[in-house]
Amino acid sequence: MCLAIPMVLVERNEFEGVAEIDGVQRRISVMYVPEAEVGDYVLVHAGYAIGQVDADEAAKTLELLREYSDSMVEL
Amino acid sequence: MKAPKRVLLAHGGGGHLTRRLVEELFLPALQNPYLATLTDAAVLPEMPPGRPALSTDAFVVDPPIFSGGDLGCLSICGTVNDLAMSGARPLWLTWALILEEGVDGDLLETCVRGAASAAKDAGITVVAGDTKVVPRGKGDGLFAVTAGLGVVPPGRDLSDTHIEPGDAILVSGPIGDHGATVLAHRHDLVASGLKSDCAPLAGLVETLLESGAAVRALHDPTRGGVVTVCHEVAGRSGAKVVLEEKALPVRREVAGVCDLLGLDPLALACEGRALAWVAADDADRALKAMRSHPLGAESEIIGNMEAGLSGAPPVVMKTRVGGERPLDLLSGLDLPRIC
Amino acid sequence: MAGILDQLREEAEKLERRVTLMEVCGTHTHSVAGAGLRRLMPQKVRLISGPGCPVCVTPVDYLDRALALAALPGNSICTFGDLMRVPSSTVSLEHARAEGARVEVVYSPRDALDMARANPDQRVIFLAVGFETTVPTIAGALAEAEAEGVPNFLILPGNKTMPQVMRVLVDDPELDVDGFLLPGHVSVITGWRLFEFLTADFDVSGVVAGFLPTDVAQGVLALVRQAVEGKAEIGNVYGRVVTAEGNTHALELVDRFFEPSDEVWRGFGTVPGSGLGLRPEFDHRNAALIEVAVPPPAEPVGCRCGDVLRGVIDPPECPLFDAGCDPDSAIGACMVSSEGTCAAWYRHERWTEGAGS
Repeated sequence: MCLAIPMVLVERNEFEGVAEIDGVQRRISVMYVPEAEVGDYVLVHAGYAIGQVDADEAAKTLELLREYSDSMVEL
Repeated sequence: MKAPKRVLLAHGGGGHLTRRLVEELFLPALQNPYLATLTDAAVLPEMPPGRPALSTDAFVVDPPIFSGGDLGCLSICGTVNDLAMSGARPLWLTWALILEEGVDGDLLETCVRGAASAAKDAGITVVAGDTKVVPRGKGDGLFAVTAGLGVVPPGRDLSDTHIEPGDAILVSGPIGDHGATVLAHRHDLVASGLKSDCAPLAGLVETLLESGAAVRALHDPTRGGVVTVCHEVAGRSGAKVVLEEKALPVRREVAGVCDLLGLDPLALACEGRALAWVAADDADRALKAMRSHPLGAESEIIGNMEAGLSGAPPVVMKTRVGGERPLDLLSGLDLPRIC
Repeated sequence: MAGILDQLREEAEKLERRVTLMEVCGTHTHSVAGAGLRRLMPQKVRLISGPGCPVCVTPVDYLDRALALAALPGNSICTFGDLMRVPSSTVSLEHARAEGARVEVVYSPRDALDMARANPDQRVIFLAVGFETTVPTIAGALAEAEAEGVPNFLILPGNKTMPQVMRVLVDDPELDVDGFLLPGHVSVITGWRLFEFLTADFDVSGVVAGFLPTDVAQGVLALVRQAVEGKAEIGNVYGRVVTAEGNTHALELVDRFFEPSDEVWRGFGTVPGSGLGLRPEFDHRNAALIEVAVPPPAEPVGCRCGDVLRGVIDPPECPLFDAGCDPDSAIGACMVSSEGTCAAWYRHERWTEGAGS
C-alpha cells in the first residue's frame, strides 16, 4: 500500500499545504512534516506528506519515474 | 441567442416553451436552413459519390464544462471523428439532448455554443435535433446523443485487416489530455497547463489521406485510451503492436496527474487525436503530412507492427533501454489507487 | 540498471545454495512483475511474493460487514479505489453501488471527512485498510474530526501491521525465507529499526528498498551480498527517504488513536497483534460497533489466495488462475487488486512466449 510520490511543496501553513508534480498541484496535509519548507520535496501518500525527500535524490527519482520500465534488459 | 434561466420540464413538453427554446437558443446557435424548417425529418440533398457511413454516440461527461471544451463540442467532435476514422467525409449530424429539470441555463448555453463552434470548425451541419427533459434527480445534468452521416469517397478503404507486420504507428499529438483534464477536475487537482484536446479531425485526416501515403487504418483513442485501441487492432489484424516508450508524446501535466492517481496515460481518453497505421515506407511522408496540419503539429511515430505469435502478448511496449513489457487491457474503470 | 544486474549475477555465483527472498509489499510485487525482474534473477536467487497487498489480505468478512453497513439507510461508505472490485461473500462494493448503496471512491481519508462535513445527515464510514504507510493518513483525518467536532465521521478498522505476519512467515516450515525485501514506504513511517527483530530473533536479513525497478534490484543485490557473506543485517538502500527511527510525529498520532489488535489475514487466519483497532475512548468513531447482520463468510471454492499470499505457491499453481479467475472476473482478492500477486502475474508474466521478439 505504498503509492507515494515525491512532490515539491509550493505553499504551506502549519497543517495545510499545496504540493506540485509536473505542473499539477493538490492540497495536502503537512501535519507530519513540520520541518518541511516551501521548495522542499515531500513524499505524498493519500493526501498527506509522510516524509521529506532529499532534493537531489528526489530529482533522480522523478527522472527514474519517467523511465519506469528501464529494467527489462535483454540478456 | 437566449437561453432560459433554468431548464423546466415544460421545455421538453413539445409546447410553447419547447418552441421558444428551439427558436431562441438552438436555431440561432446552429444556424442552417435544414434545422430552420423545423420539420419532422431533415430531407437532405443527394449524397456525393461513394459509400455512406453512419455513426452514433452518446455523451455523458462529468463535469459538462472543462478546460478546453464542454459536452457540446465533445459530442460534435466525437461523432465527426468516428466518421473521419473510417475514411468518411462527415456531412450531416443529428444532435439530441436529454436535460435534467433544473439545469442552469448558462450551462446549457455554453454547451450549445460549444456544439455550434465545433460544427463550424468541422465543416458539418447539424440538421436535426431533439430535446427531452427528465424530472430532477432522474438525469445527470445533460446527456447528448448524436448520429453522424458521412461519405467514404470511392477508392478509399480503411480497415484493420489491411494492417501488416512492419507497418508504422503514428499519433497526431500528446496522449491522455482529455482523460487527465476530467480526472484532475474530479479529484481536486489543479493544473493550469492541462486542457482537453477535444477537436474535430476530419481536416487532418483528409490531409493525411491526400498525401499519398498508404494508410491502412485510423482510430481515435477515446475511452480506454491508446492501449484499448491497440488491443482491438492486434485482435483484428492478427499482428502484434509494439510501442516505443521514448517516442510516446505525453504532456508533463498529464504525467503528473497519472503519477498522483496511479494511472497510465495510455489508458486515458483523447478526444482530438488520431492513431494512424501506415505502410512502413510511407511513415515519414505520413508524419510530414500530419505535422503540416495545425491539429497534427505534434505528431510522432510511436511504434510499429510485428508478426503476431500465439502465446505471446499482443501489445507490448519497448522500454527506454530496449527491453519489452506487455501492455494489458484495462479491467473495467481505472480507479485511482493508493496501493 | 544493467550494471546492477551484472553485479547481482557476479555475487550470485558465489552463493553456495539457492536463496529465497521475499517481498512483502504490493508495490514491490507490481514493480517486479512490471519490469520482469523475476526472469532476470540469477538461477540461485528466487524472488517470491508474500502478503504485501493489504487489499488481498483483507478477510472476506470485512467486506461483508462493509456491504452490510452500506445497505443501511443513512450510511455512506467511503473507500480507496483499491477495494471497489474485491469480491465479498456476495457481491463487490462496485456491484453494491450499482444496486443503490452509497459508496464513494476517495483518494484520501480527508476527502471522506469532507463528505461527512458536507452531509451531516449521513453517517460517513471510511474503510480503513492499509499498512503502516496509510494508518497515519487515517489518524490525521480522525484527529481533524475530533478537533472540529464532526460527529458523523467513522472508520471501519481494518489496518494491519507487518512485523507479526513476517514472524509467521519466517516460522513457516513450508517456506524457507533467507531474506526480506522490506517495504520502502512503510519504513518511511516506522523507521527501519522496526525490522531488527528479523536479525535478532531469526537470523534473517532484510533490506529496505524503494519501488523503481533499479531500487528493487539494488535491494536484491544487497540481500545477496549478505547471503554470500553469511551476514544477517537490516540494510537500507532507500536512504533518500527512510531513516532508522521513522516519522515520529506520525507514530505518535497513530498511537493516540490506535492500539494493537488481533487481526485475521486471508490465508493466515488470526495473527495476534497484527492489526490496529481504535482505542475504546474513540468508540464513537468505530463502525465495527454498529449492530448489523453479516452473512457467514464464504470463500470461493478452489481459490488458493491464501497459499499465494503465504508465498507457498505461484499464481499459476492455483487451479482457478486464468481458468475462471482473471482481472475482469476475479474470484479471489489476489486477482482484483492491481497490486495483488495474481493480478501482477496475470498482467506481466503469464505469457508462455515471453515478451521478447
